[in-house]
Amino acid sequence: MEATANTATDQKVWSGGNEPLRASYGKMMMWFFIVSDALTFSGFLAAYGFSRFKFIETWPIADEVFTHFPFLHGVDAPMYYVALMTFILIFSSVTMVFAVDAGHQGNKNKVAWYMLLTIIGGLVFVGSQAWEWKNFIKGEYGAVELKSGRILQFVDASTNERIALSEFAVDVPSERVAHENKNGLWFEDEGSLTEHSLESVLAGFEANKNIVVRTERLNEEGKKTVLSREASAERLKQAVMVVEGANLVHNEYGNRLFADFFFFITGFHGFHVFSGVVLNIIIFFNVILGTYERRGHYEMVEKVGLYWHFVDLVWVFVFTFFYLV
Amino acid sequence: MAHAHESNTKRIWTVFVILSVVTIVEVAFGIVKPEWTMAPILGMKILNWIFIILTIVKAYYIAWAFMHLEGEKGSFRWSIVLPLLILIPYLAFILLVEGNYIHDVYADGFVSWDF
Repeated sequence: MEATANTATDQKVWSGGNEPLRASYGKMMMWFFIVSDALTFSGFLAAYGFSRFKFIETWPIADEVFTHFPFLHGVDAPMYYVALMTFILIFSSVTMVFAVDAGHQGNKNKVAWYMLLTIIGGLVFVGSQAWEWKNFIKGEYGAVELKSGRILQFVDASTNERIALSEFAVDVPSERVAHENKNGLWFEDEGSLTEHSLESVLAGFEANKNIVVRTERLNEEGKKTVLSREASAERLKQAVMVVEGANLVHNEYGNRLFADFFFFITGFHGFHVFSGVVLNIIIFFNVILGTYERRGHYEMVEKVGLYWHFVDLVWVFVFTFFYLV
Repeated sequence: MAHAHESNTKRIWTVFVILSVVTIVEVAFGIVKPEWTMAPILGMKILNWIFIILTIVKAYYIAWAFMHLEGEKGSFRWSIVLPLLILIPYLAFILLVEGNYIHDVYADGFVSWDF
């Protein structure tokens, strides 16, 4: 009868009266979920690796894509910002362990404070990711897309520095206005037109003899191949549209798959962070209301803690494979 | 709870310092890109191998210390970690070999993808 009595008083014992693998039911199920979610993320990252190996010679260079840092306009700061984001997430993991630790001591106030810090860290991280997305979507220099879907970017022939479309595009008067649904029966709605038309970019290229293009292809030193002035003019004959920024269909940084995977993987991870913040907020209020104090243990904090650390763990891998490798 | 109710503050700070140092080393390597790390080993630059190994080190500390796998029963710990250790390298191996093969088909074929 002892097992039955035990079940009534101690909620950490499974109904059978024992604890398989010395883990409580809830914690074990959280671990099972984490294992399956880890496999989901590795599927995404492996798919990213697949596409990257497929286009190994033309893949965009991450250092050239993510160069922004808040309040440092025009400064080339590759990776510092994501490194900062990584620190924020690792630190919110640390405050989370402290919350779990305080839960073991049964210190309600300490648990609440550390949970609050973790929530703030999570929100700062999601906000940083939103800013990163904004920069990526907006684009920086602009580029031209060819018939084949390849991208040509413009550089200064003497310094090899990138040149933005707005720096050389000539204003060509054009009758072209965006199609709008209200303007005719047969018109489909279309997205906004690019800031510079293809004609004005090509005219600007003609007018500035010092501008050449570079292709997506990487040379032996791992840099993008820069074409001569004649070859540039030749390739530009195939241009079909101007690309400013990146979306799921066009990507001024190079291969569009890069943008697709960026949006999908960091988006899926960001959604995990967001759900983690929501869970943390729920648990935070439960802590304040004294739910776990009455229950006699803070295992719920431990469980959301596991999920939160998992989100951190995934980010460590995303950081490596998107920004470093 | 299987483990005692003592505080692990020191351990937590140690792990935080290790994770921070490893991240800083990674970023430093990524910015400096030393010449010797550019040589390829097993189909990848040394630099990329360094990044991947350091990432696994970080993953180890997060899982063992923060997620407290080190305090769980051995059989529970390995029933979580082993499936991942077997399946993920397997999946990565298959997809990367396949990606490499398709790359070769594109490169050696008679169709131009760049026009």
